[in-house]
Amino acid sequence: MPIRSKTFCESYHEDIKLLDTIWSKCWMVLFILGLLILPYITDTYIVYMVNLSCIAVVASVGLNILTGFTGQISLGHAAFLAIGAYTAALLGEGLGMPFWITLPAGGLVSAAAGILVGIPCLRLKGLYLAMATMSFGVMVEYVLITWRGLTGGERGMYMPEVNVLGHVLDTDESMYYFLLCITALMIIVAKNIIRTRVGRAFIAVRDRDIAAEVMGVNLTGYKVTAFALSSFYAGVAGGMYAYVMGHIHPEHFTLMSSIEYLAMIVIGGLGSILGSIFGAIFIVAAPEGIKLLAQGLESLIPAMQGRYDEEWNIAVFGLLIMLFLIFEPGGLNAIWQRIKVGFKNWPFTY
Amino acid sequence: MYFLELVISGIAVGSLYALIAMGFVLIYKGTGVINFAQGEAIMVAAFIAYYLVGFGVPFWLAVPLTLVASALLGALTERLVIRPMLGEPVFSVVMVTIGLSIFLRSMAGIVFGHHNYVFPSPFPVEPLHVGGIVLSHNHLWSMIISFLLMLLFFFFFKFARLGLGMRATANDQDTATLMGINIKKVYALTWGISFVVAGLAGVGLANVMVLNVGLAFVAISAFPAVILGGLESIPGAIIGGLAIGILENLAGGYLDQIVGGGVKDVTPFAVLFLVLMIRPYGLFGTKEVERV
Repeated sequence: MPIRSKTFCESYHEDIKLLDTIWSKCWMVLFILGLLILPYITDTYIVYMVNLSCIAVVASVGLNILTGFTGQISLGHAAFLAIGAYTAALLGEGLGMPFWITLPAGGLVSAAAGILVGIPCLRLKGLYLAMATMSFGVMVEYVLITWRGLTGGERGMYMPEVNVLGHVLDTDESMYYFLLCITALMIIVAKNIIRTRVGRAFIAVRDRDIAAEVMGVNLTGYKVTAFALSSFYAGVAGGMYAYVMGHIHPEHFTLMSSIEYLAMIVIGGLGSILGSIFGAIFIVAAPEGIKLLAQGLESLIPAMQGRYDEEWNIAVFGLLIMLFLIFEPGGLNAIWQRIKVGFKNWPFTY
Repeated sequence: MYFLELVISGIAVGSLYALIAMGFVLIYKGTGVINFAQGEAIMVAAFIAYYLVGFGVPFWLAVPLTLVASALLGALTERLVIRPMLGEPVFSVVMVTIGLSIFLRSMAGIVFGHHNYVFPSPFPVEPLHVGGIVLSHNHLWSMIISFLLMLLFFFFFKFARLGLGMRATANDQDTATLMGINIKKVYALTWGISFVVAGLAGVGLANVMVLNVGLAFVAISAFPAVILGGLESIPGAIIGGLAIGILENLAGGYLDQIVGGGVKDVTPFAVLFLVLMIRPYGLFGTKEVERV
């Protein structure tokens, strides 16, 4: 990766700062302002898509902590979302609890499940771990369908609307601000975890676990921590999902959705928080983009009239995963970094 | 007697799992990757066989033709999708095969549609009766073929130059290249052979199950068999396949009334989870010795 010139860090503290220059602070302020006025300049549909992206961002940041930073491949991320979503729905719909209890509770129950899965999985590596987490996902899906008394089985569960201090958030726009706050909070927390001791330990475990242990990194502790953190994020994302959808169903949390989360972090960039944000937005927006493209083609080429259906979406989705990995293994994050560095160093190449 | 019946039909299903599992094991042995698109290879082969028979090609000729087509498809897949990933981390390659599986499945959905086809089975409908045990011809054949393939691959990986080269490549790409092994050739052949095995499994499955695009999901049910036996063990694939087949049938037969349906589908995964807790490399997988 090209390195930006004029980078002089005089202390370690300076090196790990989140916003290193005055310009990045300015851009950040502008970006936040842009997000705040977004509902006033676009239509409800876009706002709804951003809401879905927020959920995906939280979930994929969680998965990136486990897979991207700690190197533990998980094919059961959707199961942790499901646990969070159902916990939130049970508390919210069944007991009438407010969101500031249901969301953290969903996260915590999911984190507990993550620890339960993480401990027996400590000895597993690579693809064997992927298979173990995948079978955990299949088992959770089975329990959701079969345990009708608790989860409502095939009928699913309903979720009340969010109530913030007496205000019911019943429009997409009001949900937008609510989700944005949670997502921002989760991202900031993740960023800070990654740049402190815990995050560096995760990266050490990923790069060479035995060497890390020799250097004094508690392998067991940090692997379980990564599982717990990642499933906490998934649980909160599941709760957010339940609030946005108003109805949850076992079909929302299948192996295919686990694969989608994995695709998000691969396309976005493994081991990068910014990457998981890019990836999540990309995967949520891709079907819409493909649909628009197909409609454009239909109007251009008469022979293609009426040939479009959902299946093409999925095909292009699969194709995108392949193409990204073949041509840009670093993901969207690598492209972004290249553009950024090129822009900063202009007109010099280094 | 109910128990015995469950076991026998379990063996019958298990031998098909074993055949599928062998396809996975071959690619893992040759390249160190789990191919998530194996199920799609099976499904595509089944459709090729279906159309060949539909065009009036006799069954005994249609099967070899299908296998040739599968081998070509495998080599093509390797050339277009896997070759560019040579030297990338295993995780990325696995992710590529996941992408490939999604792509192939939806393309098949577009081309073949989602309705069921009836495969013209060449075997007599009347099952065999051997000492009170009922067994269909198709299952008998898949058992025989699995066993023969197992013997073949056992000797192939033990003695054949190419088989040894494949194992060396899986073990360490760089060293294998330095030793003069043409790993590009090894990769292409591995994928070709594995797709041939998938083609056999496809023809076998199309005979016993309904033929539709969903046939690809059978490969996911065969994952537990692969892992149970250990990712790089050919005998392990056979034993794992049979064990999973018997276990899921027994669980389905006895537990379905208690918890109400679907136990059969989830048992293999529960077994897999438990086995991995006790033996992290499956029953017959080799334990990797790690050095820093």
